[in-house]
Amino acid sequence: MALLEARNLRVDLPVDAGTLHAVRGIDFHVERGEMLCLVGESGCGKSMTSLALMGLLPRRARLTADCLDFDGIDLTAISARQRGGLRGLRMAMIFQEPMTALNPSYTLGNQLCEAFLRHRLGSRQNARERAIHLLERVGISAAAERLDQYPHQLSGGLRQRVMIAMALMCKPDLIIADEPTTALDVTIQAQILRLLRELQQESGTAVIFITHDLGVVARIADRVAVMYAGEVIEAAVTPALYARPSHPYTRGLLSCIPAPGKTPPGSRLQAIPGVVPSLVGHVEGCAFRNRCPLAEARCETTPPFMALNEGHRARCHFADRPMASATPSQPETIS
Amino acid sequence: MGTFIVRRILVALSVALTISIVSFMLLHLSGDLAASIAGPEATAEQVEQIRIDYGLDRPIVNQYLEWLGHALQFDFGRSYYYQSTVVDLIVDRMPITLTLGGLALALAVCIAIPLGVVAAIRRDTWVDRLALLFAVIGQAMPSFWFGLTLIVIFAVTLQWLPAAGSDGWQHFVLPAIALGYYATPAMMRLTRTGMLEVLESDYIRTARAKGLSARSVIFKHALRNAVIPVVALAAVELGFMLGGSVVIESVFSLNGLGQLAWDAISRNDYPVVQAVVLIIALFYIVLTLLADVANAALDPRIRTR
Amino acid sequence: MTISTSTTHEASAAEGARPATLGEIPLPAPAWSRLTRKVFGHRGLTIGLCLVLVAVAVALLAPVLAPHDPYYQDIANRMVPPVWHESGSWSHVLGTDKLGRDYLSRLLYGTRISLVIGLVAALISGVIGTTLGVLAGYFGGRVDAVISYIVTTRLAMPVVLVALALASLTGGSLFTVIVLLGLLLWDRFAVVSRSVTQQLRDSEYIHAARTLGCSLPYILLREVLPNITGALIVVITLEMAHAILLEATLSFLGMGVQPPLPSWGLMVAEGKAYMFFQPWVIAIPGIALFLLVLAINLLGDGLRDLNAPGGRS
Repeated sequence: MALLEARNLRVDLPVDAGTLHAVRGIDFHVERGEMLCLVGESGCGKSMTSLALMGLLPRRARLTADCLDFDGIDLTAISARQRGGLRGLRMAMIFQEPMTALNPSYTLGNQLCEAFLRHRLGSRQNARERAIHLLERVGISAAAERLDQYPHQLSGGLRQRVMIAMALMCKPDLIIADEPTTALDVTIQAQILRLLRELQQESGTAVIFITHDLGVVARIADRVAVMYAGEVIEAAVTPALYARPSHPYTRGLLSCIPAPGKTPPGSRLQAIPGVVPSLVGHVEGCAFRNRCPLAEARCETTPPFMALNEGHRARCHFADRPMASATPSQPETIS
Repeated sequence: MGTFIVRRILVALSVALTISIVSFMLLHLSGDLAASIAGPEATAEQVEQIRIDYGLDRPIVNQYLEWLGHALQFDFGRSYYYQSTVVDLIVDRMPITLTLGGLALALAVCIAIPLGVVAAIRRDTWVDRLALLFAVIGQAMPSFWFGLTLIVIFAVTLQWLPAAGSDGWQHFVLPAIALGYYATPAMMRLTRTGMLEVLESDYIRTARAKGLSARSVIFKHALRNAVIPVVALAAVELGFMLGGSVVIESVFSLNGLGQLAWDAISRNDYPVVQAVVLIIALFYIVLTLLADVANAALDPRIRTR
Repeated sequence: MTISTSTTHEASAAEGARPATLGEIPLPAPAWSRLTRKVFGHRGLTIGLCLVLVAVAVALLAPVLAPHDPYYQDIANRMVPPVWHESGSWSHVLGTDKLGRDYLSRLLYGTRISLVIGLVAALISGVIGTTLGVLAGYFGGRVDAVISYIVTTRLAMPVVLVALALASLTGGSLFTVIVLLGLLLWDRFAVVSRSVTQQLRDSEYIHAARTLGCSLPYILLREVLPNITGALIVVITLEMAHAILLEATLSFLGMGVQPPLPSWGLMVAEGKAYMFFQPWVIAIPGIALFLLVLAINLLGDGLRDLNAPGGRS
């Protein structure tokens, strides 16, 4: 059984103009120990999905799902108290902004040990030892002294390492990483990515990695789910997605990426024309049709989430058609 | 941190000195002191005699330097009216004003911070609106009138508490309420905005993602950060309240510094006026200094610089 | 290697028309609670504005509205209670004071005193404080250090005590009280205009004016000042309220406006001896004072909310 199973997950937000359907009935699952990447532009609902899984949605948001099971626990049915018992212990989260995600008033040790102590996994001494062990593991030197430092004394990269250690404190089954490298320098980004992948493989923790960067996806993901306008429009194991992108949006995204050796120097980078549609009010039909080169009359009806191969599905009426444009080869992976 | 405190203390000292100069000059230059002391019926010769007796005929800079020389040795001269030194008078009256100010501040803090926190957590509900209403009323209420109203209601009509005097704790209840309400709105609003800001912050989301209870998210993670500026404001407000105690002490006939100053002003007892103004300014200066230090101590970003 | 949303936006902008079926990008969502707050803020603004307008109208029309001469002493009719009292009468709607003067008429004329004091004192302190603040904010460095020091010193002076002492020395009158308050209450103007000017100092158009060789007074008066008026208007309202309260306090303590002028603070002071048996003598001027200050504060808070859409503070 999958660790996390979501079917027809919806998140609605009341706004001035009506209801914003931020997440519009998405299906996905995460197996134990695998890394799933949720990819999409900002506003596509990927962050809302992660907050929904953690139970951290804004108070006014409404969550519904046919199924939202975490290791056999129905997340839509449990109380706030039971939620609190899961958060930090069995599912942890790493946020985008390491500069502001740590409380400036408390030491790193205090904040690292907090979840461990809250979930009664051991004594203060145990917590401290584990914190030191993890800080060392994420590559922070003089870990014991660091515990008594405050967040402002660390650089952004170091803080993100601390956040990763913090997420690992209670040996969670699932870590949700919401664009953990976006706010970092490019050189640091690569280090953090490598670290995350290593840790994930050695601890056997499942990771949902949220990003807008397809380059990152290729390097670390086991499987990919591409989101557009609040829907998952294509899901596949990573090599299959890069080899046979089946949704026009995925193809468009991939052709935006310059490929070394294939994109001639000086040539214009591709862009997808048009803008993401408004998700306020009822949305009918394929949400991508106003930007899609293949759009036809039948795109006015919502396409099915069509199964193509083993584990490869796409939400497009033409998903089984041969590719229209050539896509760049798959970049090398780290794993 | 050390140099920060030393620099702050130097500034505080020079501000105190400047205030002593300014208040001395203001008192000596804005009217004819000798004429004021002599009273409206005095003849010109009598006024001149007083001018010489009190040393008011000398150049003002000399007068100030002499006064300052004594003041530095805690000698503020003798009262023109009471048969006693100014220092004795002040030492005698100070405890009442400090009690009043301390009680009022305690009351204000005990109301303002919880109310501000609840208003922020229950933002845009009736609790929030009630808290805002409470603040808006407090800011518009003249404290002397509020004091009189309290007397009419609680001392005269209900007869629960005494209206005047300073013999027991009961005498301080109404004055402390009147003075404390004056300081509450600003602190409440600052707590509320601070909490709202902090509750939106990323580290609160981190804390919630760890599975912490709502209580420890609010009290450990949010309040700690939201309350830092309120501490500084509380110190400043205490300074203002000591200065404003003249009004409340007069309404409730409390024999504190404020009452002493008011009596001294109406009797043209200038050595006392000068000393009380300086003492209250000194309190304010020390309090803001402490507020800065407390701020630095509470905020690791300043403390560990 | 990043999917750039901005590229797609630019592309659509270049394209011009786009399919209308799916509409535009929604604005960021969390405007919801902010809206209710704004409405509430506006409600305060509306109430405040109406009350202030009423007060101004009363002050202007006092001679028309007042049923009696506010100074006329009718010794035979002293301490007449207001009309809702069983022994009240319509000839003195709010009763009379200890000298038999009509309370309503005095109250109406008292509006003039409070408004004039508030307005003129706020203007005087506004000129002083804004000058200091703009200079400190614009020049920074040593000028800023000196002016900040002056502000610190001013803040450390106990305003009520100093005002009392000086009013007593100069023999309180309407004029001296106004000047005194004007000279004492400029601190907030200085603090606010300093910080706003600091933000403006490095803006493009100030640079442009400097590059064009505009004179310093021109830059300060024509470029800086108009851009800080929004913030200053808020301070003016708050300082008006402050000045009105301080005048009432001084007059209540006997060092401010002198009898027989109908200052509300003075009316409370004169009624103090009678408050145990006729509480309305202090209630009426006190409520008037409270309402006027409340109205001005609501107006100021509302203007601040409009100025900074972030919300009230």
